[in-house]
Amino acid sequence: MDIVIISEASNESLHPVTAQMVGAASSLGGSICVICPGGFGSLEAAKITGVSKVISVEGDCFDSYDCMAWSGAIVPFIDGDIVLTSSSAIGREISSAIAAKKGFPVVQDITSLNDGISVTRSIFSGKAIEEVRVSLPCALSVRANTFQPADGGGSAEISTVNVSQEVSVAVKEALAKAGERLDVAEADIVISGGRGMGDPSNFSHLYEVADKIGAAVGASRAAVDTWGEIPHSMQVGQTGKTVTPSLYIAVGISGAIQHLAGMRSSKYILAINKDPEAPIFGVADYGIVATWEESIPALKEHLSAIMSD
Amino acid sequence: MGVAVLLKQVPDTTAKISITGSRVDESAIAKWSISPYDEYALESGIALKESGANELVAITCGPQRASKCLTEAAAVGADRLIHIVADADFMDSCTVQSILSSAIERSECEIVLCGKQAADTNSGSTGPGVASLLGFSCVGSVTEVSMDGGNISATRLGATGLEKIEVSGPCLFTFDKGEVELRRPNVRGIMMAKKKPIESISIEELGLEIGSPRASLQSHSSPPEKPPGQKFEGAGSIEIVVGKLRDEANVI
Repeated sequence: MDIVIISEASNESLHPVTAQMVGAASSLGGSICVICPGGFGSLEAAKITGVSKVISVEGDCFDSYDCMAWSGAIVPFIDGDIVLTSSSAIGREISSAIAAKKGFPVVQDITSLNDGISVTRSIFSGKAIEEVRVSLPCALSVRANTFQPADGGGSAEISTVNVSQEVSVAVKEALAKAGERLDVAEADIVISGGRGMGDPSNFSHLYEVADKIGAAVGASRAAVDTWGEIPHSMQVGQTGKTVTPSLYIAVGISGAIQHLAGMRSSKYILAINKDPEAPIFGVADYGIVATWEESIPALKEHLSAIMSD
Repeated sequence: MGVAVLLKQVPDTTAKISITGSRVDESAIAKWSISPYDEYALESGIALKESGANELVAITCGPQRASKCLTEAAAVGADRLIHIVADADFMDSCTVQSILSSAIERSECEIVLCGKQAADTNSGSTGPGVASLLGFSCVGSVTEVSMDGGNISATRLGATGLEKIEVSGPCLFTFDKGEVELRRPNVRGIMMAKKKPIESISIEELGLEIGSPRASLQSHSSPPEKPPGQKFEGAGSIEIVVGKLRDEANVI
């Protein structure tokens, strides 16, 4: 079995999901070739154990993102039974475009990969799970933080190719910089606030807790819809982001079914709510019946004590 | 220039999903709606028509019940309604994309709008795949598209933040949820929409030969149930819980 992995870059270096894709591919056996679009992270990719070859695909078309230009530049170098990408927004677009150009079926955001080929993935934002059998060749995108990463210590050969590809999407203006803060979909700890926070300015207390423990701050749909100050990029749930952190802290969130769908697969859930009947307690590993006004200062204090141990 | 909007009918996001005999029980779903991100695509389609596009074509692929989302689109301003009737409970990406791209070619539209992913499958394959088959450009995760003469520009959420882009030639846009308020149909719109004809086309009539499926559904299942959690009263318990997060859960 030959597996081609399209690496994921983050700030021009390799995103950790790349080593996780190699980990997933290694379980199937066979050769693993990593393609680095724009050349980002190719040196790091060559050091992942199990990688037999790295192709650094470079050219002007990678200066800004154009789905068709990127996928068009990559397609000629794809020679394998399975093409893996990450299931980030760009990863999904690239896998889907490559699949359509090659005539492969594509299955997105898989959480397990087994011989056969059989994959599982969540549907309805986590309200159900589906198992799909896929014929080869195929394209698959992989959910971050669900596969064991392969170790470092490898030394694959890197070949560099220069490509030229017509670009039809031109970036004219940067309107707003992405937040300096961690994205909820990426973070290992997420603390989210709901309408129970009373006022959007009270989210500053959540940010203070987040800064202590390196967490991202999220929000419920009710909070995003009610307050313009809370952007949709923070929304966790069925029409927002699905998150699977190690720890999810829900503050003043009652737990509407759409919200539970987006966070119930978190490893541990701590819910703080003044209403003892709130549905959020049904999925919480640890539930505290209390107001946020009393709880957040105590949470800050005790987390600080632990972090400085 | 014509604008096509792709709409998918999905269980309403408030619906409870239950599993019977390793399949999602569709008969238990009380309400079906246009997939939320597709609603933003539809809203943008109406705005493009107001700024000079000459036709808005709404296209759906699905069983008979899916025609309802076309009537809803007509009620807010879609001019032509195309329903590709397909009853299969699971279609692989190759099948869906060839059906939709063939329907778009039939509509002769050169701007295509759809949601960035559907609320049931959560995949996001359709937009970029259809654009690839049609040879169109593709811009994902946009919140706004505008047309000024032949120039098309859009606001998208890129890797480094919100950016304004321009695109040349035929293009497919996938929509994220934006700031824009979705318009609701008025009574006159609803009455007119009921009379609007729907072009109902079978896969055979599109001239497509669907080969054997390249991906097939094995089973649906419910997410694993969690054991009941531990519950505490009052903010005084925070110290205990923080200790448990460290010692029991090992997450901080």
